[in-house]
Amino acid sequence: MIPGAFDYHRPKSVAEAIALLNDLGDDARPIAGGHSLIPMMKMRLASPSHLVDLRGLADLAFIRAEGGEVVIGAMTTQHQVIASADLAARLPLLRETALQIADPQIRYLGTIGGNVANGDPGNDMPAVMMCLDAQYEVQGQGGSRRVAAREFYQGAYFTALEPGELVTAIRIPVPPAGHKAAYEKLKRKIGDYAIAAAAVLLEVSGGKITRASIALTNVGETPLLADAASDLLVGQAPDKALCKKAGQAAAAIAAPASDARGPVAYRRQMAGIMTERALIRALGL
Amino acid sequence: MNDMTPNQKERADKLEGMGCKRKRVEDVRFVQGKGNYVDDLKLPGMVFGDFVRSPYAHARIKKIDVSKALALPGVKAVLTAAELKPLKLHYMPTLAGDVQAVLAEEKVLFQNQEVAFVVAEDRYIAADAIELVEVEYEELPVVIDPFKAMAPDAPLLREDIKDKTDGAHGKRKHHNHIFTWEVGDKSATDAVFAKAEVTVKEMISYQRVHPCPLETCAAVASMDKIKGELTLWGTFQAPHVIRTVGSLLSGIPEHKIHVIAPDIGGGFGNKVGAYPGYICAIVASIVLGQPVKWVEDRIENLSATAFARDYHMTTELAATKDGRITGMRVHVLADHGAFDACADPSKYPAGFFNIVTGSYDIPVAHLSVDGIYTNKAPGGVAYRCSFRVTEASYCIERIMDVLAQKLGMDPAELRLKNFVRPEQFPYQSALGWEYDSGDYHTAMQKALKAVGYDQLRAEQKAKREAFKRGETRELMGIGVAFFTEIVGAGPSKNCDILGIAMFDSAEIRIHPTGSIIARMGTKSQGQGHETTYAQILATELGIPAADIMIEEGNTDTAPYGLGTYGSRSTPVAGGAIAMAARKIRAKAQMIAAHLLEVSEYDLEWDIDGFRVKGAPDKFKSMKEIAWASYNSPPAGLEPGLEAVNYYDPPNMTYPFGAYICVADVDVDTGSTKIRRFYALDDCGTRINPMIIEGQVHGGLTEAFGIAMGQEIRYDETGNVVTASLMDYFLPTAVETPKWETDFTVTPSPHHPIGAKGVGESPNVGGVPCFSNAINDAFSFLGSTHIQMPHDNWRTWMAAEKLGLHG
Ligand SMILES: Cc1cc2nc3c(=O)[nH]c(=O)nc-3n(C[C@H](O)[C@H](O)[C@H](O)COP(=O)(O)OP(=O)(O)OC[C@H]3O[C@@H](n4cnc5c(N)ncnc54)[C@H](O)[C@@H]3O)c2cc1C
Repeated sequence: MIPGAFDYHRPKSVAEAIALLNDLGDDARPIAGGHSLIPMMKMRLASPSHLVDLRGLADLAFIRAEGGEVVIGAMTTQHQVIASADLAARLPLLRETALQIADPQIRYLGTIGGNVANGDPGNDMPAVMMCLDAQYEVQGQGGSRRVAAREFYQGAYFTALEPGELVTAIRIPVPPAGHKAAYEKLKRKIGDYAIAAAAVLLEVSGGKITRASIALTNVGETPLLADAASDLLVGQAPDKALCKKAGQAAAAIAAPASDARGPVAYRRQMAGIMTERALIRALGL
Repeated sequence: MNDMTPNQKERADKLEGMGCKRKRVEDVRFVQGKGNYVDDLKLPGMVFGDFVRSPYAHARIKKIDVSKALALPGVKAVLTAAELKPLKLHYMPTLAGDVQAVLAEEKVLFQNQEVAFVVAEDRYIAADAIELVEVEYEELPVVIDPFKAMAPDAPLLREDIKDKTDGAHGKRKHHNHIFTWEVGDKSATDAVFAKAEVTVKEMISYQRVHPCPLETCAAVASMDKIKGELTLWGTFQAPHVIRTVGSLLSGIPEHKIHVIAPDIGGGFGNKVGAYPGYICAIVASIVLGQPVKWVEDRIENLSATAFARDYHMTTELAATKDGRITGMRVHVLADHGAFDACADPSKYPAGFFNIVTGSYDIPVAHLSVDGIYTNKAPGGVAYRCSFRVTEASYCIERIMDVLAQKLGMDPAELRLKNFVRPEQFPYQSALGWEYDSGDYHTAMQKALKAVGYDQLRAEQKAKREAFKRGETRELMGIGVAFFTEIVGAGPSKNCDILGIAMFDSAEIRIHPTGSIIARMGTKSQGQGHETTYAQILATELGIPAADIMIEEGNTDTAPYGLGTYGSRSTPVAGGAIAMAARKIRAKAQMIAAHLLEVSEYDLEWDIDGFRVKGAPDKFKSMKEIAWASYNSPPAGLEPGLEAVNYYDPPNMTYPFGAYICVADVDVDTGSTKIRRFYALDDCGTRINPMIIEGQVHGGLTEAFGIAMGQEIRYDETGNVVTASLMDYFLPTAVETPKWETDFTVTPSPHHPIGAKGVGESPNVGGVPCFSNAINDAFSFLGSTHIQMPHDNWRTWMAAEKLGLHG
């Protein structure tokens, strides 16, 4: 439970942070809230020689509207996401999800940038970002680029980030008022990662579902976009039987590991049940 | 106390004696973060030890190379079995008559077993250095399942004792067998079963769990080579025994060993035994002449220090058609892990598991227990229960429900029908115990009434019908459990540890101004001894509890005692303090008689002093008597007011209780909501109702953890997969149900103050109650027994097996 030795750096700007990361090379890691990285370091699953602390980058902690998008700075804490009245009104799914992450102490420090950049399939925000079709602003030595959340996750702890790059912000297209969304997470206790969880986003018009998007947490190496399940909803009149069918379609793509949370068959089934319940709740059925 | 005058009541209230909801005095320091734990200790020149542990569950050690670790600046020493062997310290004796490797010599037998001990100037260097110790292993086949361990061709685990055909408790029947323990009348029991009208049989497993105290195990050893004295601070539930063992092992005379247990952050049985960390810290301190600190981390605590349970109980009941139990038969396969390090009284290799007939008048019974070695961590401690009592309680309370189901009888009714009746006490059980007192029917009926049992059953019936009609996906379960514990080990005729009888002790000293210091042989780990012992004294001696200091844990100053576990503090040391107080009161009476110039027979005790019978204004308070004892003792009487008592209890005590739980199970996710939990405890005389309630809350929370999620689980290669709190279920306040507590009072007839002990009752009664609730939810579908823990996925699997998912 004691990490290996490391040097500590506290840059004052994004440019300085990126320069440091590039100078120090592979043995350097950015640290944001530290609530994923430090536990791994304590178990010596990660032993970076240099930590580049992003907490000096005050300009990365913001939540603002830009046209039809909400932009959230990477260093915004999960607590700040919960506390934002604007987010609660326009993107209640984010607040709902953040409230199901860990516990208040962790949320005061853990950042949304760290949560999406970490690449742990247990993190809750990545599936939600995929569901919302968010884009990540990524900055490196060569400049900045945008990567869709749906393209970002490649394997457990393996993302589209290149060494020396940072996620600086998350851009989320705000769904129209009246949209329906929910995040259902099954867990063993407070502070636990999901046995399975599902994020859903829907638009309903004229008694029919006109848009649907579903993503799953912790039932694969990466968060999963359940396309077949959402396709099955579009154009249909919502009812419970339909939600069940969509749940089954979501379960079909789940490929969870067997661990203390349960065997594969159970966790796969739970991906379906969480999807079904999220749909039912979002649709008010 | 209803016949007190207002004046007497006011004086009694001032004492804050027995029955008072006195606030815990120790909390003043704990809530301010000013407790003093082992890890708070800092000594000049202190260095730190850390273990190299085995990644394998079973492997031969081919080579250990410590050179790189020794070369790291700041590393002071690296101990391996090679260094300990010449001192004959590479193995240490266990309390169960086995030996346990301190540092593995030729083989490792469980994952995270101690292989080398690195000592360095600070913790960080030690942690780096353990990665530099190179150990070459050759993997061997692993045995995790105790049933497979007894197969004829199962791998031999304990090569060190392979030629030992006799264990501490008789013949060993297999190379992985430790002992067989038999109690009861086998032929009479078999005969009853042969002609029984109804029988039930179930394999009931109580999974391996871990006490997981908030503070892990730790020690600081400091050898003063000039004086030849060793001081050992540590997380010891039984400091005096640790000193004796330390002396026997090290050869240092007992009076030159000072063992100090400072504040302890929870023990629950985890801190009774001796661990390699203690021995290595001592040896390292002797070698280096510097104080050595060893503090384990959470993973080490969960994976290497003493586990609990792992009992696999094949359980049978015989009964008449109308529900009278006629016999009980139990066979237990007890998985002890790689070494038999159970902390039981010497004569009881399966603890007091023979309390397994529970609260019922069962005419004949037979019990046999086979202890088995596997490639798992050693232990088998009494996790918040007297020795193996929670296993026994789970066994009987689960099989009672199975029988009720078979008979088509309500589980509460079956219990009421078979309870030992009040007039049968003292009651001789078929498996050899004498229950001191009880009124089970009253307790059960009070519980049933309090929860509205009949309405609950009616609601359940309606819900089951709705479930069958497809209107709900929720099942309602009602758990009933009635437990009888056996605590207060114990009478010297039954109980010893390493040959030392399990008495306990108190030494009371009254100062001239009438305040008191009392020292005890026990050691609180959160139970609130500083508060409750003072209350016993306050009532016995008429001195306000606020003027009494209780001290424990320093073997130089405290009288010898066997420590705190198995709910023994109140039954044993509580007896000692009351008896010592009575010696003082007898002397005080002589002094009062002298002061009041009357015969001591003319005096009577009145709350806080003595008064002359029939002359109420002629009175001497204990404070005045205390002063007089130093100032003007009667001629011929020794000055001072002090007493010591070593209390050898005449019997165990038998607390009991009736618990009822209502649970709602979501069959589609397997998650469970505990809607209600009602706990009625009868622990005899109640010393501090608030502390009792706190103990019950804590014990129920642990029972909830065990029943609903805790498991130390190994994969088939022997990796322990639940070794951190990410995976080992420790409920938080959010998951913890709301507790409703209640009580009846049936004093122990043989205990000086009638108290029985309560700290462990809620764990003993709680686990079966939760489990019965979950099992009850599914029983109408034909399920008889679902194994613990009842976490989401297992409950879902149970539903799946019953075809509930369509
Ligand atoms: C007990 C416990 C329970 C938890 N439960 C949950 C849960 O239920 N759900 C959940 O989602 N999370 C959970 N977490 C994780 C928590 O939410 C973390 O805070 C979060 O995953 C990471 O955010 P952080 O700011 O702490 O990142 P850090 O731990 O500092 O970093 C995580 C990783 O991301 C990298 N990184 C951080 N910021 C950036 C950036 N801007 N650009 C590029 N790389 C970056 C770091 O180098 C590191 O590799 C839990 C944590 C704990 C300790």
